[in-house]
Amino acid sequence: MINLEIPKKFKPLVSQANQVATEVFRPISRKYDEAEHSYPKELDMLASLIDGMNEGSDIGGAGAAGVRRESNGDGDSGNRNGSNLSTVLGIIELCWGDVGLLLSMPRQGLGNSAIASVASDEQLEHYGGRWAAMAITEPEAGSDSAAIRTTADLDGDEYVLNGEKIFVTSGDRADLIVVWATLDPSVGRAAIRSFIVERDNPGLKLDRLEHKLGIRASDTANFTLQNCRVPKEALLGSSEVKVDTKQGFGGAMQTFDNTRPLVAAMAVGVARASLDETRTRLAEAGVEIDYTAPAFGQHAAAARFLEMEADYEAARLLTLQAAWMADNGKPNSLQASMAKAKAGRTCVDVSLGCVELCGSVGYGENELLEKWARDAKILDIFEGTQQIQLLIVARQLLGKSSADLR
Amino acid sequence: MTATQDKSVADRSMGLGLRWLNRLAGSSLLDRIHIRRHVERALYSGTKNGFRSATAAGRTFKAVQTLGKPARQATGKPRSLFDITPDDEQQMFQEAVREFAANKVRPAALEADASRAISGELLAQTSELGVNMLGVPEELGGVMHEQAAVSAALIGEALAHGDMGIAYAALAPGAVATAIGHWGTAEQEAAYLPSFTGEDTPAAALAILEPRPLFDPLKLETKARRDGEDWVIDGVKSLVARAKECELFVVAVETEDGPALFVVESGASGLSVEDEPAMGLRPATTGRLVLEGARVPGSALMAEGKREAYVECIERARIAWCALATGTSQAVLDYVIPYVNERTAFGEPISNRQAVAFGVSDIGIETEGMRLTTYRAASRADQGEDFSREAALARRLCAAKGMQIGSEGVQLLGGHGFVKEHPVERWYRDLRAAGVMEGALLV
Repeated sequence: MINLEIPKKFKPLVSQANQVATEVFRPISRKYDEAEHSYPKELDMLASLIDGMNEGSDIGGAGAAGVRRESNGDGDSGNRNGSNLSTVLGIIELCWGDVGLLLSMPRQGLGNSAIASVASDEQLEHYGGRWAAMAITEPEAGSDSAAIRTTADLDGDEYVLNGEKIFVTSGDRADLIVVWATLDPSVGRAAIRSFIVERDNPGLKLDRLEHKLGIRASDTANFTLQNCRVPKEALLGSSEVKVDTKQGFGGAMQTFDNTRPLVAAMAVGVARASLDETRTRLAEAGVEIDYTAPAFGQHAAAARFLEMEADYEAARLLTLQAAWMADNGKPNSLQASMAKAKAGRTCVDVSLGCVELCGSVGYGENELLEKWARDAKILDIFEGTQQIQLLIVARQLLGKSSADLR
Repeated sequence: MTATQDKSVADRSMGLGLRWLNRLAGSSLLDRIHIRRHVERALYSGTKNGFRSATAAGRTFKAVQTLGKPARQATGKPRSLFDITPDDEQQMFQEAVREFAANKVRPAALEADASRAISGELLAQTSELGVNMLGVPEELGGVMHEQAAVSAALIGEALAHGDMGIAYAALAPGAVATAIGHWGTAEQEAAYLPSFTGEDTPAAALAILEPRPLFDPLKLETKARRDGEDWVIDGVKSLVARAKECELFVVAVETEDGPALFVVESGASGLSVEDEPAMGLRPATTGRLVLEGARVPGSALMAEGKREAYVECIERARIAWCALATGTSQAVLDYVIPYVNERTAFGEPISNRQAVAFGVSDIGIETEGMRLTTYRAASRADQGEDFSREAALARRLCAAKGMQIGSEGVQLLGGHGFVKEHPVERWYRDLRAAGVMEGALLV
């Protein structure tokens, strides 16, 4: 039975997340945008609260912990609304508050998603409950994850990691870093594995924190790994190089199928923040959005607003669709990338468009519109750029391999 | 869940699609167009879980009411869960209409576009599919117990995958039936609706659009004034489907109380029709309806001239055009995929190039967004929720992206896309209609 409204049972969660966004994130939004690299200590208490929410219910929390592809059924002709959908809904609200602060939430890192998705029970036991960042990108390997040059060599009971990692979100603040490295550089993607490295490992040297266009509340670290020794048990998945399955690179990439709807949700949240604020500002300026009158019979600003809101609505529904499919065990790689592509580009277009509509009020730092427009751009880049999403969508629609369509 | 609740759910599901199903099963259409086995298979797999007990119960026609309150379809109960799967009955008739669109509509589209005409047989077949009676209340021989905007959107989408112009021509009479079923008086329902549930459905049109730039359906130039018991109407309506053949119109007219809908029979004095060929939608033989001192009785006014009824009509029409645009956009996607995979240039399929492949991705992404925004608006309508915003956003999206998709479809075929050997040039012309049309169709 077709229904694209927020399910009743998630309304309390959405309302809670909205309160957090309004009461916790918004008041400190500008503060940590200006004080780049200082830790938002206000988030510690909130993080404990969210841990409690995750423990106490099966409907998922607000962060990246709940992205396993399974959920409880609802007994209604097999249709399920589970943790993927609730997580996406929570993230939309929190990023309506501040996406940089969401990314800085302790224990809600991408590394946590990777661990939650592919770790063994022993590893979950050992590393669970700690804050994990993800280190994939290298100076010479961005979208092309298979070109990773950081090496992992087995030496007795330990792996020895050597290489350079950049753009590690929360890399300075996290307890653990999930590092992608190759067991054999001659093999390519089949040899790529991820390793859990303790942040205080002496072989892991922080080079610097980046100064960024946006999401400045979130620290972005660059590391050098120099003879960084980790126990054998720190490898996530199988050490067998020949298997390129769930246990290997494929498994690592599968994390992205689960996390792309989450990043799409971030973009949806930022876009809505810009639209909500702009709607209020336009109304103050005497321009009301009329949904019944034709767009082009209205003020040009209203017509532009409707165009942006229509794209926003499509991005939002594509995001909910991808999450809903994951809840229902349907393969959603295509829809996850569609959602990420649409939400990423829409978020940038909408937030920049809103700055233009609001003029100097939008552009100035007295309001948050200019900040949202700066924050937006990363959402069309990380977890797979716009171009990578279009590649994935195209390969699926056209039935092409990555060798045919590069 | 208790046994009583189980029963009530089963009873309710009977009301939803079974009447439509029985009607379809009893007609010889499925045999004539060789899709019966396919439809029955889809029906079996789609409904074996929740529907089996209901099939034995037959449809009962009730006597047409001529007095008292107008019959209305109920709004559905609010649904508790997010869901993008059509229900069993919807999947069944979606499948039937898809088959029909692929086997009958698409093959007829090129000729219908060129000649600006559709064979009477094809129109009769679509009518036999029951697509024009979704908005007719059960009491008056309709098949849907509850409001069926989602069902109408699914049917519009499936039919427009075959051809948008043929879909417009075929679904236009249904808009009149739906308008009367939603906003007609008891007398109007009794007089007109029975003809839409029988074998010989009349050509009919919901005429709202007027020929001028920046047309606003809330500011009409077609005006009605009182003359004794009668209304006298002056104005011009644009892009009316099969205008010459229409026996019945529902016309949007400005009264001194604002815009309203009037039932106007083709025999009324002061009516004439002009041919108005357009860029696309050519199989619908679009024309202008000219009202010059057209005289209709006082009883021709619908919904007592209430503004909310009129606005709802405008918004339901926008959803319907979005559904058609979604179906045609999907047709573009389904057509360009094999083309770009098979067409070679510089020694390999052109789809190996990102510049080509990304165009396909964008068609796929935007079509999916169009579909979801359309479904959301329709679903809110069925649940009795306000859907102004959702209909407006779907319309904006479908107008903008439908046009882009039409253009990209031709572009991906290059010069071959520009000639009539391929359907993409027709879809380019048809998809522009989604942002232009007002009224004419309803969900």
